[in-house]
Amino acid sequence: MEATETRTEPFVINLGPHHPSTHGVFRMRVTFDGEVVVDVEPMFGYLHRGIEKLAEGRTYTQIIPLTDRLDYLASMTNNWGYVMAVEKLAGVPVPERAEYLRVIVGEMMRISSHLLATGFLINELGAFFTPLMYMYREREKILDLFDMLCGQRLTYNYMRVGGVSHDPPPEFWPAVKRFVREMPGYIDEYEGLVTTNEIVLARTKDVGVLSKELAINASASGPFLRATGVDWDLRRDDTYSIYDRFKFDIPVGTNGDVFDRYMCRIQEMRQCCRIIEQALQQIPRGEFRARLPHLVRPPAGEVYGHIEAPRGELGFYLVSDNSIAPYRFHVRPSTMINLTTLRDLTIGWKLADLIVIFGSIDVVLGEIDR
Amino acid sequence: MKSEPEQKSKRSKDKKRVFGAGIARGLRVTMKGLLGRAITTSYPEHKLVVSKRFRGNEFVWYPARCTGCSTCAKSCPHGNIEVVTRRGNNAYEVEKFEIDTGRCMFCGLCVESCPYDALCLGRGYELAKYRRGDLVLEKEAMQESEKRKPSGYFRPKIEKTLPAQTLLIERAGRKSRKKKESVP
Amino acid sequence: MAPIQSAEQTVLAIRPEGLPAFWPADNPWLHALVFIVASIAFALVMVIVFIYVERRGVARFQLRLGPNRAGPEGVLQAVADLIKLLLKEDIVPRLADKVVHLLAPIVATVPAFMVFAVVPLWGDGAMLADLNAGVLYFIAISSFGVVGVFMAGWASSNKYSLISAMRGVAQMVSYEIPLVMALLGVVVFAGTLSLNGIVDAQSIPFALLQPLAAVIYFLAMSAEINRTPFDLLEAESEIIAGYHTEYSGMKFALFYVAEYGHAVAGAAIFATFFLGGWKGPVLPPVLWLVIKMLVVFFVGFWARATLPRLRVDQVMGLGWKALLPLAVINVLIAAVEVLFWPSGTTQWLLVPINIAIGALLVFLWSRTVSLRGGRVEVRTRAEVKA
Repeated sequence: MEATETRTEPFVINLGPHHPSTHGVFRMRVTFDGEVVVDVEPMFGYLHRGIEKLAEGRTYTQIIPLTDRLDYLASMTNNWGYVMAVEKLAGVPVPERAEYLRVIVGEMMRISSHLLATGFLINELGAFFTPLMYMYREREKILDLFDMLCGQRLTYNYMRVGGVSHDPPPEFWPAVKRFVREMPGYIDEYEGLVTTNEIVLARTKDVGVLSKELAINASASGPFLRATGVDWDLRRDDTYSIYDRFKFDIPVGTNGDVFDRYMCRIQEMRQCCRIIEQALQQIPRGEFRARLPHLVRPPAGEVYGHIEAPRGELGFYLVSDNSIAPYRFHVRPSTMINLTTLRDLTIGWKLADLIVIFGSIDVVLGEIDR
Repeated sequence: MKSEPEQKSKRSKDKKRVFGAGIARGLRVTMKGLLGRAITTSYPEHKLVVSKRFRGNEFVWYPARCTGCSTCAKSCPHGNIEVVTRRGNNAYEVEKFEIDTGRCMFCGLCVESCPYDALCLGRGYELAKYRRGDLVLEKEAMQESEKRKPSGYFRPKIEKTLPAQTLLIERAGRKSRKKKESVP
Repeated sequence: MAPIQSAEQTVLAIRPEGLPAFWPADNPWLHALVFIVASIAFALVMVIVFIYVERRGVARFQLRLGPNRAGPEGVLQAVADLIKLLLKEDIVPRLADKVVHLLAPIVATVPAFMVFAVVPLWGDGAMLADLNAGVLYFIAISSFGVVGVFMAGWASSNKYSLISAMRGVAQMVSYEIPLVMALLGVVVFAGTLSLNGIVDAQSIPFALLQPLAAVIYFLAMSAEINRTPFDLLEAESEIIAGYHTEYSGMKFALFYVAEYGHAVAGAAIFATFFLGGWKGPVLPPVLWLVIKMLVVFFVGFWARATLPRLRVDQVMGLGWKALLPLAVINVLIAAVEVLFWPSGTTQWLLVPINIAIGALLVFLWSRTVSLRGGRVEVRTRAEVKA
């Protein structure tokens, strides 16, 4: 009998832009051999709104609501990064109390963002929404507090050049204190639900390993970078605002796999609670907003301001021509640069792993497409 | 990178668990969830109180206070506010005051910039419309009424009169000792 | 032990003692008609009950309220969904294989209800057919559902559906074996292949006498009916809705009914084999069966509310490396016990022994079998070209 040669034929699937697990409208052109990923070609731009160009036609204050719409799961830190860049450019001093308020809301934003990141990661592993719903519960509490602070739940528009827009109402403080006190208990609950689960371990350990070298070469940042073992956090290594006054650890992973990324985020939430606690103790009374003219008119020049946003280094590059609007406005999106490693992470893994690895990068399309 | 033997020792340590122990731990957590109370509410019957500074869907405009200075129109990032004035007796008369809420992103910059407290954000959130044109608010429609209450966003005087916001942390938080918290 | 029935007995072997006196036991046609209607009605009602219980139950696990609008406490939600689906447009993809596309939901649904022919639902012997080869019938019918899944996946001309269909075939074929092996342990103890005989033989529920078999059967059953953690077929986060991505309207409703019909059948079979079926004090037999089915189903959706899903190769690995050898060992132990242990009152002594053996085996396997890793070396297109 003649032996016939059997071979497999690779086939292409357009994963997205309409797919439950693409975090919005991301599209991957994936070549599969059976279920094994052979090639990944990311395509994005479906959510492009031209924010960088829009910003050039608006005053410095009017850009703040636009930055809300970059990384819409961490609007506070977007506001913060932008106003810091403008303050640097215009040389505006920020009152003490405003800095503390910024740290408190910034760290709460980080908790909220990490909650969603881990929640959706577990959902992509196939859990039927339960861990996600538990994490939503705590995120809801944070959003309630932000709502109390500035009247919105998603697009805060809270920071202003030279401070913040509002002083918190008196009922804000007991609620924050209660939240910080209870949060570690809830994190323990998530860990009980997820961290020791054998199925999660089997699905995430040693999956999608990012090497230190590749992470640095791709200029990755945030928990995605720290999971590989690179100890780099702008809050400590390029201190901005008043982060040098707080004691906190920076969790670092060892393997750079999906599980380490998850663990980094979980540990970081605990550290956020620590920072908020210290900030609540130290916060002084006083002005929360510097007295400035209605229109900011910075001197001609350029500036790059960056902060450690929940998803990594978020930078704003501004060029001023001494008018009321920036001449050039550019965003360094943290997740887009992290996403450049996608192909190296996923090749050789299965379809299910592709989704999980993509989820562990934790992208937000509003920031990638801008 | 960790060296190879270190990785191996880490792996073998993980293996020493009995398969099912972690799953049982997770099952216990969800069982606690089952026995606990739901954190959601049935919406149309049970409504939550929105924030005092809520930036709601309708604007409230006070014609007596408005001088037609158009600071709000200038501060709007999208240029949604249209103000037309006519010279009147010793003051400007506002002929037209329109806000296109179809393109509004409720940033509140107009309310923030108003020097005479003549424009406020509203507290409503159930205002879906069938036509895009209905979203353009005209000055007659924007005045305060029984259904249209101003929010306390950048209006501290109004803020003081509003009811307290429902907080999830008070409904679904852990039971804790009542303690007086200081206000910094 | 119940005597093994001889092959000469009629297929419709009716056992009159469980039926009322006026029952026309000598008229097989009437008997068949009544029981076919009754079984299908039972199954459909249980499908609605299961859908309601799961949706409300999972919602409570997730701190939500769940559907509570249609009817008092939302009990009519399934009916409302059904009406909505009936009125929806039936979309068939242009490139679909139309005939197969139409037949697939029917092929997937029918076996779920056919299983109830051999399950003693209403009491001792009150069932459509007390087959002396009931277990074989159940195994043959229940594995037929995968054909519908594969037809749907193939006919939809959608790559996600095709992946799902391939996963389904691989998963169902490999979990069929531990499932049968687990049942074999029970059959060895009961000494009969008739489901009614198996219920009769359970003075001690087989879940206690055969704990390992119960666990293996539960896992294999979860894989057979694609429930978490083995719901690879409709892994929403990966392949949208799997094999029924391209289905809408009534055809989708049929798949939905099939999914829950299989769950009802699986729960009924588990209750019959391991929990003593209709047996129980005070309450009528069918109520006992329903209670036991709900208990089984509760464990199922409790797991669904908690666990993520395994990857396709891990599912295969678990099936072949863990469940199959454990099931075979379990059959061996059961056979030895039946041969050498004196049957009678001392049988309950086997309960702690078997639980200990099961725990020991699970412990040993969790030390040796690992599901980690799974990266495959591939050559990218550029490398192939070079």
